[in-house]
Formats: sequence, structure tokens, C-alpha cells
Amino acid sequence: MSATVLSHPEAVERLTREWETPPGILGALGTVDHKLIGKRYLVTAFVFLVLGGLEAAAMRAQLAGPNRRLLSPELYNQIFTMHGVTMIFLYAAPVLSGFANYLWPLLIGARDMALPRLNALSYWVFLFAGLFIYASVLAGQMPDGGWFSYAPLSERVASPGLGPDFYALGLLFLGISTTAGAVNFVVTFFTLRAPGMSLNRVPILLWGSLSTAVMVIFAMPALTVACVFLYFDRRLGMHFFDAVAGGHPLLWQHLFWMFGHPWVYIVVLPAMGIVSDILPVFCRRPLVGYTYVVMATIATAILGFGVWVHHMFSTGLPSVAMSFFSAASMVIAIPSGVTVLAWVATIWFGRVVSSTAFLFMAGFVVLFVMGGVSGVMTAAVPFDWQLTDSYFVVAHLHYVLVGINVFPVIGASYFWAPKMTGRMLSERLGRWNFWVMFVGFNLGFFPMHIAGLLGMPRRIYTYPAGLGWDTVNLVTTIGAYLFAVGVLLFVINLVWSLRRGAQASPNPWDSPTLEWSVSSPPPPYNFAVIPVVRSRHPLWEDRLHPDDPARTDLSAGSPLDEGRLTLQTSALDAEPAEVLPMPGDSLWPLALALSLSGCFTGLLVGNPILTGLSATLLVVSVTGWLWPETREQLP
Amino acid sequence: MTTYPLPETARKPPVVAEAADVRPPGRWAMILVVATEAAFFAYLLFSYYYLASMAREPWPPDGPLRLHLSLPNTIVLLASSATAQWAEWSARRGNRSAVLSGLLVTLLLGIAFLVVQGLEYSEQRFGPTTDAYGSLFFTITGFHGAHVLVGLIMLAVVSTRAAMGHFQPGRHLAVSNAVLYWHFVDAVWLAVFITLYLSPRLI
Amino acid sequence: MTLPGLQLASPGPLRPASEMATREAQLGWALIAIGVIVVLIITALVLTGTFRHRGEAAEQIRREGEGIRWITIGGIVLPAIVLLAAFGLTLKVLRSQQLPSRSSDVTIEIVGHRWWWELRYQGANSQQHAVTANEIHIPVGRPVRVALKSGDVIHSFWVPELGGKTDLIPGQENVIWLQADRAGVYRGQCAEFCGAQHAQMALMVVAEAPDDFARWFALQQEGAPAPTGAALRGRDAFVGGPCALCHEIRGTEAGGRQGPDLTHLAGRKTIAAGLLPNDRGKLTAWILDPQTIKPGSLMPRMRLNDQDVAAMVEYLETLQ
Repeated sequence: MSATVLSHPEAVERLTREWETPPGILGALGTVDHKLIGKRYLVTAFVFLVLGGLEAAAMRAQLAGPNRRLLSPELYNQIFTMHGVTMIFLYAAPVLSGFANYLWPLLIGARDMALPRLNALSYWVFLFAGLFIYASVLAGQMPDGGWFSYAPLSERVASPGLGPDFYALGLLFLGISTTAGAVNFVVTFFTLRAPGMSLNRVPILLWGSLSTAVMVIFAMPALTVACVFLYFDRRLGMHFFDAVAGGHPLLWQHLFWMFGHPWVYIVVLPAMGIVSDILPVFCRRPLVGYTYVVMATIATAILGFGVWVHHMFSTGLPSVAMSFFSAASMVIAIPSGVTVLAWVATIWFGRVVSSTAFLFMAGFVVLFVMGGVSGVMTAAVPFDWQLTDSYFVVAHLHYVLVGINVFPVIGASYFWAPKMTGRMLSERLGRWNFWVMFVGFNLGFFPMHIAGLLGMPRRIYTYPAGLGWDTVNLVTTIGAYLFAVGVLLFVINLVWSLRRGAQASPNPWDSPTLEWSVSSPPPPYNFAVIPVVRSRHPLWEDRLHPDDPARTDLSAGSPLDEGRLTLQTSALDAEPAEVLPMPGDSLWPLALALSLSGCFTGLLVGNPILTGLSATLLVVSVTGWLWPETREQLP
Repeated sequence: MTTYPLPETARKPPVVAEAADVRPPGRWAMILVVATEAAFFAYLLFSYYYLASMAREPWPPDGPLRLHLSLPNTIVLLASSATAQWAEWSARRGNRSAVLSGLLVTLLLGIAFLVVQGLEYSEQRFGPTTDAYGSLFFTITGFHGAHVLVGLIMLAVVSTRAAMGHFQPGRHLAVSNAVLYWHFVDAVWLAVFITLYLSPRLI
Repeated sequence: MTLPGLQLASPGPLRPASEMATREAQLGWALIAIGVIVVLIITALVLTGTFRHRGEAAEQIRREGEGIRWITIGGIVLPAIVLLAAFGLTLKVLRSQQLPSRSSDVTIEIVGHRWWWELRYQGANSQQHAVTANEIHIPVGRPVRVALKSGDVIHSFWVPELGGKTDLIPGQENVIWLQADRAGVYRGQCAEFCGAQHAQMALMVVAEAPDDFARWFALQQEGAPAPTGAALRGRDAFVGGPCALCHEIRGTEAGGRQGPDLTHLAGRKTIAAGLLPNDRGKLTAWILDPQTIKPGSLMPRMRLNDQDVAAMVEYLETLQ
């Protein structure tokens, strides 16, 4: 059957013509291809990971021993702030958006995201917001209040420079990208799943990113409000956080953590989804407890909104409130427990075929549990009074963010790079990569738990000798540098393999999901015909359900080659519903992102003319974007 | 134009179902934008109630706000929701002139709302920098006003397109989306009105 | 750097010296034990599971269905029991941190400043009042009521051996009970990032016998002793110079309130919020160039001539 379309070069040629990004600079700037956008996200996020890593290296050099004066206190405070902002906002979430952008349409049998131009916009805005925040380095006025930038330290009296303005405006700017991306994921999920891909057949990564997207939609506005208030306080002389004039410093903390705690899950749930999808491939069996894992993902997303106060246990809250939020913070461990046991059972009841990707996933499971149990410790209010704002919390949050984000991301790169680039990464170097990273990570970050239990507060640029903190800090520094070597090995592997790596077959890992049914790298239109899905593991059906006649059909559908078309299906059961004309390449998203950059720059330097002009350009861009180009396109 | 033989089934989607849960992507997008904007206002109002609950001085500092302008203004905005809905229904029936007049009346009522809001600003004895209450009042109503303005721009663009004959029965997503956004702006005002104008009188 | 005459080991939460810190540490040990066991079990399962079926044919795909019980029991029931136990312990410790049954007559108001601690003591009657900085004296074995406030940004009061943190927040007053069950010197440090010199905002709690404490408190209430000889010139230089704009020395005209009260400076073990030992050389260096020692400190570098500084140090050394 698959010969029917693929053996007709005219159809393939037409599809290629419709979907290919034209060569040249204008083609590159106007493209809406989710695969290109996804790769751009990944590369950009990785560059930010390296920048954040260099900042970490500078800090660890300073803290390697007591009383070191490599960095001035001002510089150290700016660097640790930029490190946090970079890793949390410019790396951790965007890198997962990169994977999701690249993979979603391929995983669900679609030809692009549902709103391709919005997709282009989210990337441009991410890039420009990142550059905006890093412009503070050039201006010599980096934010220096920590990644949660508590008021009133961030107010004009205590921080007269531009640092907090870069922070507030940069995060507002970036929030537009994150929100646009989230909208796109939700819409894509509910409109473009291939026929037959009902909710119980969706790969877990989609559930992870979908939960994340829904969380962004409801959590991101809290950060927006907080940053708007901060900007108004600083630049217009308002009083939201000013205790003297009726404001309150804790308002910032409430708003920030109403956003911030959901954000923690936002940067881990898609990564957990990645693990749930990759691990079974190397265990040669489906994930144990698919439904449980999906439910756990959704439960985490919901509960994630009810635990923000556990970041504020030392602010002098009533003990009833603390008991409630302590309980909520412990309850949220249960869905994590479900997911961990699903992974462990998958390993136990499968037969493991080791590979670099598997090592990263298995290593991740251990790190996840370590980050989880230290999280439960911080949920126990009286012990948290000791742990909060100490190095124990630094250890915990790195086990969570590096363990649950970076390890799956590197593992996922080994897994999906063949699909994205057409080349296999070196497995031998990959194993070195894993072990150096794993040992370096634990050597670097485990001692931080001990430093915290020895009474070392976080965010100090130096410490005196004789407090018993010297050795743990030296070990941490050594481990951190070893970890950096591990990341470097990954970069080397990537660069080497892109040139010399073995050619990748369409399905090198014998994986069960749709992205492996197309060539590596996939053609511009992804699928020559939209597949019709009949199970959760389309490519394993012969072996998994030999007796069940239902078979996913990868070739009998329509090529939909008379224009830039894809198939819309119903939201829940994915019944075919409409042939959907998709918007083509456009420069409007770039124009919109540029006018936003103008707006925020105007707000930063306090130039109303620049802001006003850019805002006008913004309205023009939106109108131009949405204005139908031809009568046929009228919705 | 097809020069190669393909089974007829391959040319078309296998089934075309009339499922109830099928919405155009643009509609989904507008619903989500409204959701995230609603959350934005929810956090703004949370901030109001939080600072009110922590206040050590009387709240609001000058006593409850007057209703002589805001109450009629609320009615104006609610009325504009009705006219917007009328425009949407007319778009479904394909009545071009009714769509246009519905949108234009909505536009006028929206402008009237902003004018009265401006009048009320000029009457207040406090400003955004007087104290935290003033900051809240002007920030919340200011953001609402900005959203009214965005809604007006949408209505104006959609009116222009309606005049150009862009819409037909079953093809009027832009009208429906603009109207949905307008309803949202109204609903937010109701929450803002209850919070800023009525709640201090109730407590 | 070591402080002469002080034995400072790691001031960690797991070396408690008060009832409160002891209960926190017990809770901590219980949670650490649970955590270690959980990590070990999961690690063992991952390792064993990885090697269990090595060598079997990879082409075959195992059917679904096995292992659900692992999730329901291992992922839901067991964690629920353990978490319930952990929460029970948490509540028990939380409850026990309520008001103490007996307390000292003295109360302390601690005001956080960038980057030092202002300490305002209030005795049983309103006449008994003293102000000092960075070195908290308390009677051993008696809970002392402490009100925490801030003069600028958020700080956090943390003396690990005596208990967990409580924030000092502008516009809010948080009350804690400070108690040490063993006499000794306990190091504390600001635990909420508060700007350039957050790292150098240490404090010390000196828990001493009630009689010693009473003597100390009585001395603190008095004004500065009148200087003689070389110290006299030092006082005039201090009072007439820029120092008096920010520092108070009770009993003289120096009445500034920006910086620490220096009335009994010489009695303190450290200067610059725990940064330097309080001796003649360090004090001189600090007065001459605070910005090199503590960059960003709100104490500016002043134009002072060496004779004036020497005289001032002479004077300050008399402020026992």
C-alpha cells in the first residue's frame, strides 16, 4: 500500500514544493517549518546552557576556597542572578519547547503545528528576549537580585541601576514567547492528532508538554503581574511593594511563587514525558501503567498550583497555613511516586538493551528520586526552617533541574539526533559522556546537601575559613568542573557525528512511535499521507498484538497535496473532521517580534517615542498577519 | 490534474465526521488567550485583596469610591455585550448590514465607556503614586481600559472586513473571536467593578 | 580567618543546642533516614532490573500488563504511608514550637540593616533599655522573646544551632523565641539575600549564665565611660568628625542612627558584623578603608588623618 503515494514522484514533488522552506535569507527568516523552529530552539537554548555554565564555573572558582577574591561581591551577585535566570528561563523551558516543537507534529502524524506562524513568533520572541536580558551584560548592569528578585531589594532605593529593569522587562518579554508557545501546543493537541490517535494513544511527551502548556496559561500571568508591579514601582513611583505606603514586600513573593512553583513542574513534566517515551524503547516493552503515568502528570499539573507557599515558610505565616501547604507539598510527591515506580517496573519487567540514551534515562531515575526525597524534606516545615535558603536547597534544586531536565535532554539528544540530523551520535563517546556527567554531577552537587546541613547559606560570594565548609566546597568545585567536561564531551560528540557519524536509518532504535516511520531526517511535509492510527505503538503492532487485526495504516490516507494542507481531527477521539489549509511562510512574526523588542527597549531606557512607534508597528504587524491574503483563505 | 492512478480513498480524508468537539485552530487560540488574560486579571485582583487584607490604615484610604459615573458606565459596557452578540448572530445568518450596525454600535458604546472612565480618573483625588491603593486602582482600571482599547481595535478591523464582505454564514471566525474577546472584556469589568467599587461597601 | 578566643566549628542544624533546634534536627534525621532508604531501594531496583534479562533477544517486544501492582503498591500505598508518617512528625514538631511556658524578663528587638544587625534590648521596666549590634547576649536556658524587623530590605535571622530561620520583613514584625540550653557562642548569618554584602552579615549569640547576662545588660544600659588622656582627643575627633553622623555613642554628642551604636564597642568580640576580630589593628584598618575590607558596605571611606584615626581607636578601645 505504501507504494501508492510514495511511488508517485509528482505527488511527492508537489508536497515538497508546498512545504519546503525556500533557500536564502528571506526563506530562513520567514520559515514556519516546525522542524527548523524546533532545531533553532534547541541550539539557542543550548547556547544559553553553556553561558549559564560559564557563569557557574566562575562562581565555583570563587567558592573553591574560603575568602577568595576572584570576583567582587557586586560581580558575584550579578553572575549568580544571571546564572539562575539563564538556566531557568532561557534554557530549561525553551529546550523542552525545542524538543516538543520538533517532535509533536511527527509524533501525532501532522505536517506542522496548528499555528505555524505563532510558532515562528514564539521562537523570535524567545531569541530577542534572551538577547535583551543579555544586553545587560554589555550595559554592565546585570540584574543582581537573584532569580526570584525579592522586593524591596529590587526596588529603586536598594537597586538604583538598570539591573532589575532588565529583569522585569526581560521576563515580561520572554513571557510572550512562552505563552504563545503554550497556546500553540494546546491548540495542536486538540486539532491535529492523526485520525485514530484518541487520547489513550498519545505518547507521554505530549501529555507532559500539554500539562505544561496549560500550566503556563494560568501561571505565567502571575509573573507578568509581579514584573509589571515591579516596573511601575521602580519607574513610575508606585507603591505595590512599599510597606511605608500601604504596599507589602510579601505580595511579590506570593505572586512570584504562584508562578514559580508551577514553573518548576513546567520545566520537568515534558522531560519526564521524554523519559516515559524513551525508556520503554530500550526496555523492549511498553511503559508499565500508561494510564497511571498520564493521570500522575495531570495531577502534578493541578497540584502544582497549590504548593507555592512552601517557598515562604520562614516569612512568619500562621501555622495553620503552613500545615496546609506542607501537606499539599507532600501529597504532590505521590504522583511522582507513581511515575517513578512505572519507570522502575518498566526496567524490571523489560529486557534492557543498553545504550547511551538508556544510561541517561536510568541515571535520571536515580537523580529524580534523590531530588524528590530532598524535596519532601523541605516540605516538612520545621526542618525547612533550617534548610530554606541554605546550600541544601541549592543541592535540591540542582538535583531537580539538572537531574530531571539536563539528563533527559542529553539522553533525548542521543535518541532523537539521528532523526533530526540523519546521523547517529557516537555510542562509545556517549558512554564516556554519561559517566563523566553522572559522576561529576553527584560529586559536585551531593556535597551541597552537606554544606547546607553544616549551616552554609546560599548566595554568599565568600565564606570564612574554620567553619568546616572548605572541603565540601572544594569537592563541589571539582565535581562541577568534571560535569562541565561531560557537557563538553556531548558537544564534541555532536560536532564530530554531524560530519562523520553513521547514516541513520528511519528507525535505528526500533521504536514504536510515528516519527520513526518517516525518513531521517524527515521530509519537509513530514508524512506523505496522514497516517491512520490504531494503537499506542504503531510500529510495534505486529509483535505486540499479533492476534489483534487492527493495524495502523501509514499509507492509505490522503496525500492532501493540492495546497499546503493537513488534516484536522476532533478534539477527543481524533475523528477526521476537516482538511485544514495551513498558513505558509511569513515575515510578519519577525516584524512583530522586532516591534516588541522596540517596545521593551523603549520601556527600558524610558523613551516614550520609541515605545509608541514600536507599539504602532506592533498593531500594524498583527493586523497584517491576520489579514487574509486571498479570498480562499477567509476563515 | 492528477496524472497518476491513486485509489479514490487516497485523495480524500477517510471519513469526514461532524464531531461536536471540532473548532477551528483560530477559535481555540482565542479561547486560550482569553483564559490566560482572565488569569492575569485574577492575579491583579488577588493583589488588591491581599493588600486590602494586610492594610493597617483604613481601606480604601478615602472611603469607598463613588458610583455616580461607574454604575452607569457598567450598564453601558454590559449593553455593548448585547449588541456585540447581536452582531455575531447576524454573522451566522449572513446579514451583512446587521453585522455592521451591531459592530458599530458596540464600538460607540466602548468608546463612550472609555470617555466616562477618563472623566472618572480626572475626578479622583488620589493618583497612582499617592499610595498602594492608588497604584492598584489605576493599574487595574488602566489595564482594563487597555484591554477595552484592544477590543475596540479588533472591532474596528472586523467592521472594516465586514464592510468589505469578507464574511459569510459559517465563515465568520474573526467576528466570533472579536465578540468573544469583547464579552471577556465586559466580564472582567464586572469583576473589577465588584472588587473596586462594591466590595469596600460590603465589608 | 579564626577569631581569637572563640571555638567555632560548623554551626550546622544537626548540632542543636536548644530544644527547638533539637526537635528540628530529630525530624531532619528521620527524614534523611527515610530518604536514604528510598534512594537505595530504587537504585537497587534500577540496577538489578537493568542486568536481569541481559542477552535475551531484543527484537521481541514484551506484552503489556505486568507491573501495575508495583505502581499501586510501590507508587501509591507505600509513599502515602511514609508521607503520612512524615507529615505526622512535621505537625508534632510544628505544634511543639508554640509559646514557651516560662520566659526571660528581657525582650530583644532585632532590626536588620544592610549589612549588620541592630539589637534593641528592653528590660522588665521601661528604664532598662540598651542598644547594641551584631552580638546577642542571652541568659542560658531561658527563652527570650525576639521581635524581628527590617530597616531596609528582607533579611533572615538564622542561628542554626538554636533553630531555623525567620525573616525580617519591612512593614511586618515576626516574633520568635530564642533559647540556648548550653552556654557558648553560636554563630549566625543572614540567610535571605540582601544585596552586595549579604555574605558578610554574621552575628553571634553569646549564651551566658544569668548572672553574667545581668551584669552585661546593666553595663549596656549605661552611657559611654568618660575618656581621659589620648582618648579624649579621640572622642573629640569622633564627635566632631563624620563618624558621628552615622554612629551613636550614648553619653556623647555623637547621635547618628544610620550605623551601629558604638557605646560599648570595645566589649564586642567582632566588628563589621562578624567579619573581623575586634582588636586595635583591625579596627584601625576598618576605619581607614572599609570599602576594601567590605566592598559595597554603606560605611564610606572617609578623609581622616592618621593621628585622628589613632586617637579614635584609642578612644573606641576604652568603650568597654
